[in-house]
Amino acid sequence: MNAGPVLPGRDDDPDRLYTITKGRSRAPENAFDLVTLIVAERQPTPGMQSEHVRILRMCEAPTAVVEVAAELALPVSVVKILLGDLLESGAVTARHPRFAPNKARLPDLDTLKQVLHGLQRL
Amino acid sequence: MASNGSDVRPAAARTPLRATADNALKIVVVGGFGVGKTTLVGSVSEIRPLNTEEVMTRAGEGIDPAGSWGKRSTTVAFDFGRITLSERQVLYLFGAPGQERFWFLWDRLFSGALGAVVLVDTRRLEDSWYAIDRLEHHGTPFIVARNNFGDPTHTLEQVREALDLPDSVPLVDCDARDRESGKRVLIDLIHHLTDLAEAELAAAAPSMYEESTA
Repeated sequence: MNAGPVLPGRDDDPDRLYTITKGRSRAPENAFDLVTLIVAERQPTPGMQSEHVRILRMCEAPTAVVEVAAELALPVSVVKILLGDLLESGAVTARHPRFAPNKARLPDLDTLKQVLHGLQRL
Repeated sequence: MASNGSDVRPAAARTPLRATADNALKIVVVGGFGVGKTTLVGSVSEIRPLNTEEVMTRAGEGIDPAGSWGKRSTTVAFDFGRITLSERQVLYLFGAPGQERFWFLWDRLFSGALGAVVLVDTRRLEDSWYAIDRLEHHGTPFIVARNNFGDPTHTLEQVREALDLPDSVPLVDCDARDRESGKRVLIDLIHHLTDLAEAELAAAAPSMYEESTA
């Protein structure tokens, strides 16, 4: 199952992406935000798809979906499909962003205060 | 921008987040090609800016079970960096191209963003009109930052006029290469968002009072 020295990449032809996702083109709707933090809950097992192995290694520390995509050099939606598999099997957990905009799309004052303090400390 | 699978860095080369990190936030920097988005992201980011992409199906709604990875799809690339704010909070900064096709992906990628910074180059102001229009359309709060590479030939008032920017939207100067300046732009955005949120609370307060005394 290992891909060997040739890693899947964004320059790959569509057939390759089709293979990686086993033909699926849509992740479960709203399962992951771009910045949902992914945490591996177990070690890779023999025979696991190579992309899954790499995700589990990478997510030993919390890692955002977009970082996983950049590291694997795969489109975000492909990575979401792969992460969906791992989430379903319990191999990873997801820490979703807590901020959800209200109707006027403004963040709450507490969140803003925390962000401001964080930026001022930089 | 050119990239392929062979440049993936080993895990050890990455800077991992703290194990306690559990809440990530987004700010988007929008601007035309070459205006300095990646430079701004890089000047404040704790990691070297990374590049990734999303696939857009030309079919529009993504209901394209067999062909989404095929000829009917196109890709949009964007950069990002990150800033650890606290034990638990981390802020992701995205550099997004303002080009037309990108806006089809805005909701999928950037819904839930705190707000946006429109980075403008006074030599190509027209590149910003579309971005400003789209942000207003999506209801995403934003400020405008002029990336100032040297002696400006226009005052900020002239820039505001040329952009037809309402007074309610802050317009600031910055040097995208400078960390302190980049940080200042983000702080300006947060101040603006705070003002908006407070104004909204104040506007909502009388009706809440009426309800509670009714």
